[in-house]
Amino acid sequence: MTQHSHAHDHDHDLAHHHDIHSELPSDPALRVKALESLLTEKGLVDPAAIDAWIEVYESKIGPRNGAKVVAKAWVDPAYKERLLRDGSNAIHELDFHGRQGQHIVAVENTPDVHNLVVCTLCSCYPLSVLGLPPAWYKSAPYRSRAVIDPRGVLKEFGLELPDHVKIRVWDSTAEIRYLVLPERPAGTERLSEEQLAALVTRDSMIGVGKVAAK
Amino acid sequence: MNGVHDMGGMHGHGPVAPEDEKHEPLWHAPWEARMLGITRSMTFPKGFNIDRFRHIRELMPPHLYLARSYYDHWYAVCVAALLNGGLATKDEIKSGHAAAGSAKRNDAARADQVWASQKSQGVFTRKVETPPLFAIGQRVRARNINPTEHTRVPRYVRGKVGVVQLHHGGHVFPDTNAHLQGEAPQHLYTVVFSARELWGEDASARDEICADLWESYLDPA
Amino acid sequence: MNTIHDMGGMHGFGAIDAERDEPPFHEAWEGRAGGILEVMTFPAGFTVDRFRYLRETLRPDLYLTQNYYEQWIYIAEQLLLESGMVSAEELARGAARSAKRTDAIRADAVWGFLHDRTHSGRDLDSAPRFVIGQRVRARTMQPTGHTRLPRYARGKTGSIVSHHGAHVLPDASAHGKGDRPQHLYAVRFAARELWGEDANPRDSVHLDLWESYLEPA
Repeated sequence: MTQHSHAHDHDHDLAHHHDIHSELPSDPALRVKALESLLTEKGLVDPAAIDAWIEVYESKIGPRNGAKVVAKAWVDPAYKERLLRDGSNAIHELDFHGRQGQHIVAVENTPDVHNLVVCTLCSCYPLSVLGLPPAWYKSAPYRSRAVIDPRGVLKEFGLELPDHVKIRVWDSTAEIRYLVLPERPAGTERLSEEQLAALVTRDSMIGVGKVAAK
Repeated sequence: MNGVHDMGGMHGHGPVAPEDEKHEPLWHAPWEARMLGITRSMTFPKGFNIDRFRHIRELMPPHLYLARSYYDHWYAVCVAALLNGGLATKDEIKSGHAAAGSAKRNDAARADQVWASQKSQGVFTRKVETPPLFAIGQRVRARNINPTEHTRVPRYVRGKVGVVQLHHGGHVFPDTNAHLQGEAPQHLYTVVFSARELWGEDASARDEICADLWESYLDPA
Repeated sequence: MNTIHDMGGMHGFGAIDAERDEPPFHEAWEGRAGGILEVMTFPAGFTVDRFRYLRETLRPDLYLTQNYYEQWIYIAEQLLLESGMVSAEELARGAARSAKRTDAIRADAVWGFLHDRTHSGRDLDSAPRFVIGQRVRARTMQPTGHTRLPRYARGKTGSIVSHHGAHVLPDASAHGKGDRPQHLYAVRFAARELWGEDANPRDSVHLDLWESYLEPA
C-alpha cells in the first residue's frame, strides 16, 4: 500500500467513527443490544458463542491461574528457575494457554527491586494468567501516570516503597505480557502450595501490591 | 500515530482510584460482557487482526476516547470494522436489524469452538532470517519517528537512550500489520530506560521503565 | 503540566474546520462569557498565567468537548471559588448571599482598561546567560504545575534567535509565587530535530522560552 492509500484508509475509518457516533444513542447498553441483534440476524455472530466467551472469563480464566504459577515458583526452585528463564513455557506446563498469554515474561520482585506492569498505549494484560484487567488498569489515570509517577501510583494502592528500592516499570508495547512474581511473605514456611496460592492477590501480580501472610 | 491513546507521562487524569480486587465486579454492567463476547466471536472483515483493532481504537475521536469506557471503545472498533468492511450499513447499525432481503451468513464462530480458539490464539513469534542487529547490554536510542499510522513506540521514549535487556526473537510488526501490509516480522527487544533519561533530573535515580521495541524503532547509541 | 492542552504534534483531531465569515460570537452567551472575564473584579494577585493554568485543570475529556467560551466560564468559576469571592452554594444557586461590593469596573472605564499598558516585561539586573546564535537544549522536565515549555521541545536542541529582555515567569506567576522575571529568548528548532528525519529539512519551529527552561548544548 502506498502512503496515499494509507491516508485514504485512515480517512475512511475516521469518517466512520465521526459519522456514526453522532447518530447513535449515548447509552452503550442500547447500542450493544442493537449491535448483537443485528449481527445475529446477519449470521455474523452466534449468541451462544458470546455466552461461551463470557463463561470463559467468568469461570475458566482469572487470577487464580497466576496465583498457581506464583505458589509453584515459591515452593519449587527448579520451576522458579524455569519460570524466570522462559515464562511462556513454564506457564504452559500448567496448561494455561491462549490469547494474551502465549508470550509471557515473569519478573521477580526482591527486597531491592519492585516491578510494575502497565500498557500506556492500550491495555495489554496477561489474560491467560490474570483474566480480564480491572477497570483501573485500563483507565487514563493509570496508563498516564504509571511510567512517570510510579511511586505516587503505588501510594494510591497503599504501597509505600522505601527509597532504596528500585522500581522497574514494564510498558507492554508489544505482544509480550508481563507477570510479576511477588515476594513470598515471611511466616508462610509451613503452608502448602495450595494454601500459598490462596494468599496471592491479582494486584501483587501486576505489581501494585505485595502478598501478605494472611 | 500521536493520538490521545499515547498517554504515558501525561498529567491531569486524576488519581487511579483502585477498587478492592476482592469486591470489584468482572463487569460493571451486563452490556460489557455482551460486548466482550461479540468482539471475541463476531465475523470480522477478511484480514482483520489485533493490530488493526488497536489502530481503529486509536482513530476514535479524541474526546470520545477520553469520555467513553473501555468496552465502549470495543463497540466503536467493531462498528467501524463492520462499516469499513462492508459487513453492515449505517442504517443497520442504527436500527439494530438487518436490511430487508440481505443475505444471512452461516459461518460465524460456534459456541463449541470457543474454548479451543481461546487456547490456540495469540502466537506472534515469527522466523526472521537476518541476525539481530543489537546484543543484550548494548546502548540504543529509540528513533524520533512520528508516523501518522499505527506504531508501538510511545512518544515518551523517542529520542531517548536505553539498554537492550532482552531479545524476544522475531515478532509480527504492528506498524505494517495494522495496515494490512503483511506481518513483516522483525527482531523484538526489551529496552530499559532510566527514569531520569525519560523524565529529567527530578525523577528517581533508581527507577527504570522497560519498553518492548522492534528493531526498526532503534538506532545504536 | 503534561495535560491534553499540550497538543503540539498530536494526530487524530481531524481536519481544520475554517468557517467563512465567522461571527465574533456564535451565541449571545459567548459574548457575555467573554465580557465577564474581561471586566469582572478579580481576586487580589490574579495573573494571566493563573487564568491559563486554571484552563489546564479542566477534565481532559471536557477540555476536548467544551468550546472556548465554556472553558472561560469554568475558569471564572474556579477563580471565584478558590479565592472565596463566591461560595459553591452561591454559584449553584446563581444568587448572592454576601454583601454587594461597589468597586467593579464601570462601563465608561472599559475603553481605558483595554488600553492599559501593563505588560509582562520586567527590568532585570543580571546579564542574559545566552547569546544570539548559541546552541541550547530545552530541559527535560515534567512540572506538575503551569509551564510554557511544551513536551515536544523538551530534550531537543535549537539555537537562540533573539533575546526579548526579561519577562514574568509563568511557572511562578501562575502559582502565586510572584513575577520572578527571567530572560526570555526565541529559540529555533529544526523540524527534523523535533520530528525526525521524515520532516522537511528546511522547516523550523520557533518557541519563546525562559532562561531556566534552557541549558547550553
